[in-house]
Amino acid sequence: MENYIKIEFPSKSCNEAFARAAAGAFAAQLDITVEELADIKTSVSEAVTNAIIHGYSGMRGIVEMRCKISGQTVEIVVSDKGCGIADVPLAMQPLYSDSKDDERSGMGFTVMQSFMDTLKVESEVGVGTTVTMTKKVGASFEN
Amino acid sequence: MEMTLERVGTTLVAKLDGELDQSCAAEIREKIDKEINMHSIINLVMDFDRVDFMDSSGIGMLIGRYKLIKARGGKMLIIRTSPQVDKIIELSGLKGLIEFG
Repeated sequence: MENYIKIEFPSKSCNEAFARAAAGAFAAQLDITVEELADIKTSVSEAVTNAIIHGYSGMRGIVEMRCKISGQTVEIVVSDKGCGIADVPLAMQPLYSDSKDDERSGMGFTVMQSFMDTLKVESEVGVGTTVTMTKKVGASFEN
Repeated sequence: MEMTLERVGTTLVAKLDGELDQSCAAEIREKIDKEINMHSIINLVMDFDRVDFMDSSGIGMLIGRYKLIKARGGKMLIIRTSPQVDKIIELSGLKGLIEFG
């Protein structure tokens, strides 16, 4: 199967639920387990939250989400045109957070890495951040 | 997300209902902390029976409440988590700190 969607929305926290629901509904076109669906929704929630909280840091901006199905693989791309990440490897370390909110867990990228098959983070300070992640689903239905 | 709070002596039971993410984590945190401080609460039970989604924003909130309860010499218990919630809790390492039932 080949299919795609592209959605953009303002960087409002209430859109986190919308984004993960949309990505989940899109991925559900495939034979997919409940766990795989939950993994995708959780990873989307992390990527979109990062875009809103870190990328735009309370400023208004546009978050773009693209989802693509190629065969049994789901690819999700979440982009913002926010402040960017100065040191991507540092930001991807477990428990790292530069947020002023001391109750941020710093686990966003760890969740994405653990729940998806691949994760790529491209960022430039002052330009924005693009997170690309993929997951092959439905292996348990193959037999 | 909806939440009901019940006090049993010095124990607070927080029953969560809905999806726990960044959009509601701060509000949940504030309501629980206010109740803890107003009523000299020592122990905290968090009931996840009706929580069908949680991301790492929820983990941050749980770690914060754990620190608060620990500082008061109490215990924190998390009960009735779904497989999705359980998976992210497992990843966070919280299972080594907080009691689960």
